[in-house]
Amino acid sequence: MIEVNNVTVNYILGDIKDLSLKEFFIRKMKREVITREFCALKDISFHVNKGELLGIIGSNGSGKSTILKVLSGIMQPSKGSISIKGMVAPILELGAGFDGEMTVKENIFLRGALLGYQKEFILDKYGDIIEFSELKEFENVAYNKLSSGMKSKLAFALSSFVTPDVLILDEVLSVGDMAFRKKSEKRMKELFASGVTTILVSHSLNQIREMCSSVLWLEKGEKKGMGNTKEICDDYEKYMQKK
Amino acid sequence: MQLILEKIKKYKFVFSELVKRDFKKRYKRSVLGVLWSMLAPLFQLMVMTFVFKRVFGRQMEHYTIYLFAGQLVFSYFKEATNTGMSSIISNSGIITKVNTPKYLFLISKIMAASINFLLTFIIFFVFALADKIKLTWRVVTLIYPVVCLFLLIVGAGLILSALFVFFKDIQYLYDIFTLALMYFTPIFYEVSIFEGSIALKLLNLNPLYLYIDYIRQVVLYQQIPSLTFHLMCLLYALILLRIGMGMYKKYNYMFLYYL
Ligand SMILES: Nc1ncnc2c1ncn2[C@@H]1O[C@H](COP(=O)(O)OP(=O)(O)OP(=O)(O)O)[C@@H](O)[C@H]1O
Ligand SMILES: [Mg+2]
Repeated sequence: MIEVNNVTVNYILGDIKDLSLKEFFIRKMKREVITREFCALKDISFHVNKGELLGIIGSNGSGKSTILKVLSGIMQPSKGSISIKGMVAPILELGAGFDGEMTVKENIFLRGALLGYQKEFILDKYGDIIEFSELKEFENVAYNKLSSGMKSKLAFALSSFVTPDVLILDEVLSVGDMAFRKKSEKRMKELFASGVTTILVSHSLNQIREMCSSVLWLEKGEKKGMGNTKEICDDYEKYMQKK
Repeated sequence: MQLILEKIKKYKFVFSELVKRDFKKRYKRSVLGVLWSMLAPLFQLMVMTFVFKRVFGRQMEHYTIYLFAGQLVFSYFKEATNTGMSSIISNSGIITKVNTPKYLFLISKIMAASINFLLTFIIFFVFALADKIKLTWRVVTLIYPVVCLFLLIVGAGLILSALFVFFKDIQYLYDIFTLALMYFTPIFYEVSIFEGSIALKLLNLNPLYLYIDYIRQVVLYQQIPSLTFHLMCLLYALILLRIGMGMYKKYNYMFLYYL
C-alpha cells in the first residue's frame, strides 16, 4: 500500500536562503555560492499495509513532520522514492488553508477543495460537518472571529469527514473541550475501523499504544526501530527517561 | 491532451474556490470595493487627460480613448504581475501543508486581476461610445490581443513568482522595471514622435505596445492589424510562457525549502 524506499531529505541552511539577487550574482561570479545542507531524514525505508495504522514517534526535531510531508507529496525527497496507492489526505496542521477573513461556510468549501474533494462531495457532507463542529449559528461568521477552540473544532470536523484511502495526521488529534474530545475520539475510531490506512504522528504515547497497529521510531532523522507497538513504545520510554 | 483534461477536471473546483477567495478578499467583499477598483484608474485617466490636453495642449482626436487604451493594458499588466509575483509567498502557509499544484495559486491571483480588467474594458467601450466612436463588429477581434496579454502575464507571473521565492529584492527591481517600461510604452504620448528614428523599430520589441496598438487600431481607426502583427503578438506571449513554464518545472520542488 505504502512503500518508502531509502528516503533522504536534505534541507538547505544558511544565508543562501535570504540572498539578494545582486549578492547572488556577485557570489556566482566569485564562485562562492555555498549551500549548507541539513540532513533531516537519513535513508529511511518502511512499508505499511492496507488498513494498518502506523504511529510515528520520536523527540522534537527528529524528522516526523518531514517524513509526513514526503508521504503527502508536498515535498520531494532528495534521494529515494515512495509509492502510495489511492487518494491521500494529509492533515499536517488543522488551520492550514483556512482564511481568516472568510466565513465558516466559505472556509469549509475552500479547505475541502484544497484537501482534494469535489464540489458534490462537500455539498453532500456540509450538513454533517457543520453539525459535528457545533457551529451551526456561526455559519456566516468570519473565521477570525471564532475562538481558538472553535477553530480547531471546525478544522477537525472537516478533516474527519474525509474518506481518503490514506490519512496522514500530524499531532492533530485531541482538540476542543472535554465533550468534543470524546466525540472526536469516537469519530476517529469509526474512521480507522472503516479500513483507511493511517499514519499518525503523536507525542502522546497512550494514544499511540491504544490505537496503532505498528510503530516507527525516528531519532535525529534515523530509523531507530520499527515494529510491534508495545516493544517500540517501551524502548522509547526508557530512552526518553535516560535522556 | 487526455492528461490535461484530467487535470482540469481534478483541479477545477479547488481553482474556482481560490479565485473566489482572491476576488472576495481583493474587494473586501463589497460592491463598493469593485466600484472603487474601477474608479481608481478612471480617476487617473481623468487627471492624465487634463494634464496632457489642457496643460500640454495635445490636439489629437479622441485623445482620452487613446490614453485609456494604453492605461487599460498597462495597469492590468502591472497589477496582475505584481500580485502574481507574491502569490507563492503569500500562500506559503498552504503550500507547505497541502499538496496542491503551486501554479494554481498564481493563476488564481491573475484571474482575480483579470476580472477587474474585463470590467474596466466594458467601461472603456462605454467611454468610446460617449466619445462618438462607432464600434463595429471588428471589436470582436480584441479577444485576440486580450488572450495574448493573458498568456504573457501568466508567463511573466511564473518567472517572477519563482524568482521572488528565492530573491526578496526582486520586488524592488521589478518596481523600477515597470516604471521604465511605462515610459517606453506609448501610453500618453503618440508614436509619431519617433517617426523616422530607430526608436520606432525598438517599440516592436515591447509586447505591451503591440497589444495597446492592436486595441487602438481596431477601436480608433476601425482596422484590423496585419497577419505578421498577429503573429508577433502571439510570439511574445508564447516565448514568455515557455520560459516561465521551464523555470516553474525546474525549480518548483525547491520552493518548499525557501518558504
Ligand atoms: N524548512 C526548513 N528548513 C530547514 N530546516 C528545517 C526545515 N523544516 C524543518 N527543518 C529541520 O528538520 C528537522 C526535522 O524537523 P521536523 O519538523 O520533521 O521535526 P519533528 O519530528 O516533526 O519535530 P516535532 O516533534 O517538534 O514536531 C529539524 O531539525 C528542523 O530544524
Ligand atoms: Mg512536527
